[in-house]
Amino acid sequence: MASARKYPVGPLEYLRRWQMQAWLAAVGLFLYVPLIALMAFSFNDSRRNIVWKGFTLKYYDKAFHDASLIEAFGNSMTIAAVSTVVSLILGAMVALVLWRFRFPGKTVLDGALALPIVVPEICMGVAMLVFFARVMPWPQGLVWPLNLGAIIISHISFSFPFVAVVVRARMASFNREMEEAARDLGAGEWRTIVDVILPHMAPSLVAGALLAFTLSLDDFVITFFTAGPDTVTFPVKVYSMVRFSVTPEVNAASTILIVLTVILTAVALRLQGDPAVTAGHAPAADKS
Amino acid sequence: MELSWTKAKAVFAGALGPPLFWLVLFFLVPLGIVWAYSFGHNVGLTEISFTGTFANYARAIEPLYLKIFVKSAWVAGLTTGLCLVVGFPVALAITFASEKAKAWLLLLIMLPFWTNLLIRTYALIAVLRTEGYVNMSLGWLWHGGGLIAALLGLKPIGDFQPLELLHNNFAVILGLVYVHLPFMVLPLYSALDRLDRSLLEASLDLGAGQMRTLFRIVVPLALPGIASGVLITFIPALGAYLTPDLLGGPDSQMIANVIERQFKRANDWPFGAALSFVLMYLTFIAIAIQALMSRRSPEAR
Repeated sequence: MASARKYPVGPLEYLRRWQMQAWLAAVGLFLYVPLIALMAFSFNDSRRNIVWKGFTLKYYDKAFHDASLIEAFGNSMTIAAVSTVVSLILGAMVALVLWRFRFPGKTVLDGALALPIVVPEICMGVAMLVFFARVMPWPQGLVWPLNLGAIIISHISFSFPFVAVVVRARMASFNREMEEAARDLGAGEWRTIVDVILPHMAPSLVAGALLAFTLSLDDFVITFFTAGPDTVTFPVKVYSMVRFSVTPEVNAASTILIVLTVILTAVALRLQGDPAVTAGHAPAADKS
Repeated sequence: MELSWTKAKAVFAGALGPPLFWLVLFFLVPLGIVWAYSFGHNVGLTEISFTGTFANYARAIEPLYLKIFVKSAWVAGLTTGLCLVVGFPVALAITFASEKAKAWLLLLIMLPFWTNLLIRTYALIAVLRTEGYVNMSLGWLWHGGGLIAALLGLKPIGDFQPLELLHNNFAVILGLVYVHLPFMVLPLYSALDRLDRSLLEASLDLGAGQMRTLFRIVVPLALPGIASGVLITFIPALGAYLTPDLLGGPDSQMIANVIERQFKRANDWPFGAALSFVLMYLTFIAIAIQALMSRRSPEAR
């Protein structure tokens, strides 16, 4: 950058204009100050949580010894993991079908698959509430993790269409001649899928998995409607703590989740090398 | 070429079966039941009879609830507008940044997007509450100003009154903008990134200023992207539950909060179902408008 400064600012180099830099800095502060303040004050040795009184880890200690918080965290992780695996399989399957085959009712399926993405969360939440209350009551008092079944099912329902979108965007860049070559060389339908199509699909599966995992971990509204009294997830637990008051324990618990999110994002980016792919930014998928 | 499904029936059925089954049983059926409930009414505590009545919809457009719908649409619209104003320069800067800066800026926008919504809302509460960071900073400034005034021999300016920043409409809109800003920036960026830069250069070369180029060249060309950014921001903002619930006051309820109350507290499921479907129809109308708009501009493809 230092050497670039010698040249006058080009007409399209918006990033080198001070007005633009000031705007970006302001937006950055707006987005990050609350989060950084939250993380910083989880280390603050004061219950009032407003004036810096010194460094402490005691709220982390407290959070780690809070059995209900740990249980909620474990529930959330389990739900996210199972939901990710199933969403990945279902999403990849339906994306493959939509990309590969011509069949009657394709437009209808396409539309129906977009529904879970566009329907407001609250509507889906009440639909799941009604479904599990009236049509398919989830048995109470099952052993862990079976008691999480209702939540897992609803998480898969809203996650797998997202996976399908990501996988389909990737498959658009597939060179069909490769498939023809495989077929010419004697590969059958399954063989072609496993040896030619799946390797091409792989980066989008990573992106899809990350998306499904975060969507599940992030969801509050739909879980709030499907969770029973004995199946508390992390967001639901934090919600009940936040309603009560702003406490350092919540800060500590939140910090753990934020750090986890950052790590997951970093891993995914490293695995794929292009941050734009994880944003669902389809054209960038063609580059790699 | 796409294969006809008859060519590989086993693979087709094997791959389509499970997702289709899931979509129908665990998504379409639940929605269908809610839809059916919206035409029913409560008999007793848990029984609902399907009478095909439109009474729930009639109640949903009574002034009391109509006002909440209008208010929700207004709040979502304002949020979307603010996101557009704040996010457009950001998207523009990202588009014309160097490859390396671009990757970092995108990451900077995406990280909050991946972070848990509840945690972000909670972080905002800590900033805005009466003993929060904003009020503390203002209190310090006030105190400092008081000291200077005392030094100058002016009369004391009195104690600092903390601003009420939380539990009102201001907090809800700020929170919604905070949460939805990445939803706006990412589609805007993806639209701007596809622009033909030579058109911008031509406009600047021919003597149009930056602003003129922006409004006469960039905005019209990026209109489909702007429309999809607006839609992607407007839909979740319209159905927002958590932000008005945690940041809002008694008068800042949005439609999602009313729906939640019908199902969880008032126990009037048919009416709640009708409200949900009105919200859903509003969402579909917004999508249809956007689809029409992007069809009208020929540059879209």
